[in-house]
Amino acid sequence: MSDRAIRVKELRKQYPGRDGPVHAVSGIDLEISVGECFGLLGPNGAGKTTTVEILEGLNQPTSGDVEVLGLRWATDETAIRERIGVTLQETRFPDKETVHELLTVFRSFYRAGLPVDDAISRVSLESKANALIEQLSGGQQQRLAVAIALVGDPELLFLDEPTTGLDPQSRRQLWEVIRELRDRDRTVLLTTHYMDEAERLCDRVAIIDHGKIIALGSPRELIARLGGDHIVEFAVDGNGTTLEPAAFASLDSVLTARADSEGFALTVSEPHRAIPALLDELDRLNRPLARLTTRHVSLEDVFVSLTGRHLRDDAVEESRAFNLGGRRRKNRARPPS
Amino acid sequence: MLRNSPFFQLYRARLREFWRQPARIFWVYGFPTVLAVVLGYAFQSRPPAPIQIDLVESPFSTPIALAIRNHNDRLAAAKASSGDTRTTALPPVSYELFTEEQANKRLNTGKTVLEIVPIDESSWSYRYDPTRPEATAARQVIDDVLQEAAGRVNPRQPRDIQVTEPGSRYIDFLIPGLIGVNAMGGGLWGIGFFLVNLRIGKLLKCFIATPMPRRDFLGAILASRLTFLIPDVTVLLLLGVLAFKMPIRGNLLVFFLIDVIGALAFAGIGLLVASRATTTETVSGLMNMVMLPMYLLSGVFFSAERFPRSAQYLIQALPLTQLVSALRLVLLEGAGLFHHDILKAIAILAAWAFGTFSLALRIFRWN
Repeated sequence: MSDRAIRVKELRKQYPGRDGPVHAVSGIDLEISVGECFGLLGPNGAGKTTTVEILEGLNQPTSGDVEVLGLRWATDETAIRERIGVTLQETRFPDKETVHELLTVFRSFYRAGLPVDDAISRVSLESKANALIEQLSGGQQQRLAVAIALVGDPELLFLDEPTTGLDPQSRRQLWEVIRELRDRDRTVLLTTHYMDEAERLCDRVAIIDHGKIIALGSPRELIARLGGDHIVEFAVDGNGTTLEPAAFASLDSVLTARADSEGFALTVSEPHRAIPALLDELDRLNRPLARLTTRHVSLEDVFVSLTGRHLRDDAVEESRAFNLGGRRRKNRARPPS
Repeated sequence: MLRNSPFFQLYRARLREFWRQPARIFWVYGFPTVLAVVLGYAFQSRPPAPIQIDLVESPFSTPIALAIRNHNDRLAAAKASSGDTRTTALPPVSYELFTEEQANKRLNTGKTVLEIVPIDESSWSYRYDPTRPEATAARQVIDDVLQEAAGRVNPRQPRDIQVTEPGSRYIDFLIPGLIGVNAMGGGLWGIGFFLVNLRIGKLLKCFIATPMPRRDFLGAILASRLTFLIPDVTVLLLLGVLAFKMPIRGNLLVFFLIDVIGALAFAGIGLLVASRATTTETVSGLMNMVMLPMYLLSGVFFSAERFPRSAQYLIQALPLTQLVSALRLVLLEGAGLFHHDILKAIAILAAWAFGTFSLALRIFRWN
């Protein structure tokens, strides 16, 4: 019995694309211990889902070595499936089944598992047990998806963006479910593009960008790597020359400085020293302060400092993808000449 | 015991899902029933319809009108006493008087099929479009009526034996056809379309992420499909027997067995259609490509033998052609399981089932 729930070496996956192969995953090494809640973070299209689907045995790697619960997909598929639970992104369950009925169907697939009523109570859907799935809200359906993953009482649970698109209350309810699993010593692999979610739930996180892991560690460690604990964000008024972030980098207690949307963000170790210094400097430059906030460093800042981009700042990439899609659709609609 | 059987649970879920969708029940059972009723009444055997013609007004039109009225009176009298076989072969004729200009216009716009233009007391002309069968038929009838009224004596005396027995009517032909169509629709919609929707909704992926045995999954879908055949067949047979007095001349078990083999062939085709498609558009297109030719060519609504001989090889190879003609043979002609044409149909359907299943299982995309 291995104490590693997941071991991945040199994992690569490429898809044929129109302009040559697309490297969805380009060389990932990963070890996840039993009992750990591990977060895979990254923007849309970073390769999270591909990686997770390979680990779930739903997708084949182009190359690399994958071990799940000490077993391999090629030889022990059924044995692995008995011991893992999988929640996919946005599964559309049959409208006309009740929660209890659907879980009974899924329960029959496993040799051992939870009684259906237990799976329902784990995700607090007792009041909806006999409701048709079409009557559930988005958050309730997502909890049902988790219940389906739990009904085989898995040692290892995969949750692919379980809270995407949910309202804050539903998110918090799902977090409770995941915390409870961690307390039961189950291994959880979670993907998300919400940094706060990873910070709250995960023992360790890996940040993925362009198919590679660019940072790995506990949320605390990753944040500590920035050096400072606090972020000071501010904006200035008045006309004058454009200010360079570098102008603030040498202020007392400031570790890094960068331009942020409509202002600047400073990583500082001691705000009570940095802020007076900043105010003095702005006085000297004769630029009045328009806005000033301070907050603790988050994984979001880690991501920004690593990539220069915001995690959810993928609007640009998304709109590009949308344009491509739109153009392709237009092409298809045009009658052949 | 059954509680932990994936096959049984999936089978029950499939039945439940179907049962809970009234719209689907209508399209599977209600629609063919309505279709059979409408077509059955539209094409039911009726006394021959009167032939309608236009007569151009002129001093010479009176004797023609008189001849027609006498003919109709004689028919009515013959019907009342049910004797005279000489004239009952000709249907009644009705006419309307128009000016020549009006009548020409009506003919040109297709409002009438035949126009009589009197010339003098002993001659007249027929204006009609000889490419329209009903126009030629009308010309034949009215000419017989007028010639006989003028004293023509037919040198020979044929007898008309008219047959309108149950079993040879359109409705008897139609009901086995609709049962075959249901087997086709069930295979393509109930398996093909259903599976693609599971794939689109990621439910298929969700299933295979569990230890669910794939043969249980496919077996349950197939078993539920075959279960739905029972009401499929019963509803239409009952409709035929109760509402139209359709005869059942063969063995119903043989009839059902053939329908099961046909349904398996269409289940295989449905599975094949669903094997790669990832969008509703693709699967709809594929299903139309499969179903439309068979709707038209396989002899559901009119006999497949009307198509040219050169096309018959293709038409006879289509599963629906074989299914429908075998169902008709059993139902209307009382053919048994070992009738040559029944065995041939079963062989062709089984080949379709086997071929499509083996190919589909090889290329089926589970995720």
